[in-house]
Order: sequence, then C-alpha cells, then structure tokens
Amino acid sequence: MAFIDYYKILGIEKKSTQEDIKKAYRKLARKYHPDINPNDKEAEKKFKEINEANEVLSNTENRKKYDKYGKDWKHADELDKAQQQRQHSRGGYQGQSSSQFSESEYSDFFGSMFGGDGRSRGGNVKFKGQDYNAELHLDLKDVYETHKRTLTVNGKNIRLTIPAGVNNGQTIRIKGHGGDGVNGGPKGDLIVSFSITNHTKFKRDKDNLHSTADIDLYTALLGGEITVDTFTGKVKLKVKPETQSGTKVKLKGKGFPAYKKEGEFGDLYITYNVELPTNLSEKEKELFNELAKLRSK
Amino acid sequence: MSKEKLILINPLCAHYEVEMSLFFELHEFGIIEILTVENSYFIHEDKISVVEKVVRMQKDLHINMEGVDTVLNLLDKINELQTELNNVKNRLRLYEE
Repeated sequence: MAFIDYYKILGIEKKSTQEDIKKAYRKLARKYHPDINPNDKEAEKKFKEINEANEVLSNTENRKKYDKYGKDWKHADELDKAQQQRQHSRGGYQGQSSSQFSESEYSDFFGSMFGGDGRSRGGNVKFKGQDYNAELHLDLKDVYETHKRTLTVNGKNIRLTIPAGVNNGQTIRIKGHGGDGVNGGPKGDLIVSFSITNHTKFKRDKDNLHSTADIDLYTALLGGEITVDTFTGKVKLKVKPETQSGTKVKLKGKGFPAYKKEGEFGDLYITYNVELPTNLSEKEKELFNELAKLRSK
Repeated sequence: MSKEKLILINPLCAHYEVEMSLFFELHEFGIIEILTVENSYFIHEDKISVVEKVVRMQKDLHINMEGVDTVLNLLDKINELQTELNNVKNRLRLYEE
C-alpha cells in the first residue's frame, strides 16, 4: 500500500487553507469530472484521486489525522495509533460526495487511514450507476453475420447480439449492465466498443469492400473471363478488351452487410492489376517488336 | 412520441432533490423538451440521462446553466468529431499495407 500525498494530488501546500483546498478541488474537478470526459479512463482515475484527496483534506478532523500519521504510516507504532483512530472515525466522516463511484474505488490507503470507504453521500439523491466500458476484439469475418457472444463483465455473463456490419471503433450501449445505482438509483449501462481486425485480402470502407485482381496482358488486351474472390466465395467476371491496369469494376451487393439493415449489402470494388509477361523468349521478343513497329507507323 | 415513454416531472424533482424551475430552465436552453398533458408536465424518458448529467455538473462542479449548456454542446461536438475521426481512421486503413 503506497503512501498517497493528497496535497500533491490537489497541487497545494500543506499550509493551505480550507478555501485553497476548495478552490484547488473545484478547479481539478472541472477538468477531470467523468461527465466532462466521457470514456476517458485516465480522467476518471484522476477524478477519483482528487475526490479522495478532497474528502480527506476538506474535513478538518481527517486532515489532522492525515497530517499526523500520513507521512509515517509505514511505522508500526503509528499504524497502531492510526488503527485506534480508525475505530473512532468509522461512520463519523463527513465529506463532499461524488455520484460517480462505487464503494470499492477508494484506495487501500484511504481505507487504512479512515476505515471503510469513508464516504458520505450528499442527501439521498438517487443517481444512475456508473457506465462500464468494455472493448470487444473481433475479426472482420466474425462481423459478416449477426451472431451472439457471451461477455464476462465483473464476473457476470452477458449474452450479447452483435449485429452484422458493425464497424471498427463503433460502440453499443447495453442498458442496465453497468455499476449499481447510487441510493437505489437504476444501474448504469455497459458500453461495448468494437475493435475489428482484418486478416482478409479485402479492405473495408464502411459497407464497401475493395480488393485487387491480377489479369495477364492478353486478357487485358483481348478480353476474357476471370474468377475473382468475393468475401463469401468466388465469382466469374468478364474482362472487357483493352482493359487498362488500375481499372476498377463494381460488383453490386457483394460488399459488407449494412449495419442493422437486414438484407442490404455494400458493393465490392475490384481493381485490375495487369501483369506483364517476364522471361520473354526470342520468338516473343520478335513478335512484340513487330507489334511495336505496327504501333509506331 | 408515445405517452408510455413520458415521465412526470414532479416525482423527478423529489428524486433528484431539485426545483421544478431547473426543468423549465433546461427547456428554455433547449436541452430538454417539456410536454404538457392534462395540465401535468412531462419529459421524455430518453432525456433522463441528460437531466442526471446536468444535476451532477451543478452539484459536483457548481456550473451554472450557461456553462452546462456550453459543456453539453462541446461534448456533442467532441462526440461528432470522435465518430468522424473513427471513420477517417477506418478509411485510412484502405491505403495501408
């Protein structure tokens, strides 16, 4: 259990007045409050720290105890004294509240000094519980079809339907699966953000897919039929004569499923890459030279 | 907007320990919409989370309504930018090997 310097957390000196503490706390709270910094775990952590520091330092009794034992808390004798103090202070602590925390979010250090979580809540105002954030890592292939997953959040299993076409970085909110409400308020929500990795040859742009197909020189010049991969299989494709390298063709409805639009799909764009023959034989060189002459006439 | 999803303001005032005037102020600022049904005032269920956010900002941070409105607008903007950034990042992947 590390010693926590509450003065340092609030950026004030030990001799600071109650007014200085209040001012410092309010300034930092405005900066790091979870409502001002949604989905920012660092800000949330910082807010918990400054809230804890404020709860101790804004209360004269607790501040005295902290000033007396805080620095040397590691010494056994003084820890004993702190333990005695703890018995007296249990339940008697009055401080400023925050509606955002669960009881376990106070540091061990706070618990050792003041007993329990030392928390008092402002009146009996009911607030919705804290929203939990979770990240779900999926493969692009996983999100081609709507499927169910079981997530374990804080020891509880949650069965979740993942709609086809969900995007990388997208978030969905599952009501009532967050932290417990304050003073009997409703539970918070679980916010799941998706991190989707792509190991396929296709590149995704929302509902559209992109890929390249190699065609030989003769098919590009004279036209023909090639077989190309789509996300779910293979299709035959007619190549027009005199197709240039870099030509893009669209396969309508062969892209990715549109999110929450059943039966709707994006398109697949295929870019042709014309492969030139290598290791030409003497005969081939002769023929290409003849072709070149024809072109230069 | 179905009636089942409307919530009476009076019990909300007791629940959050706030004055009725807060709701009218939120309405004036365009943050929530107050609906009158048979002389009773309601807000839509979806707006509860915004009301809670405002109550927290006022109680925890002592921000007045002008400040709250500014914060909410900026948060909306951040959210929009975050979505846009996410879309741009996903599009950039198209050009990455």
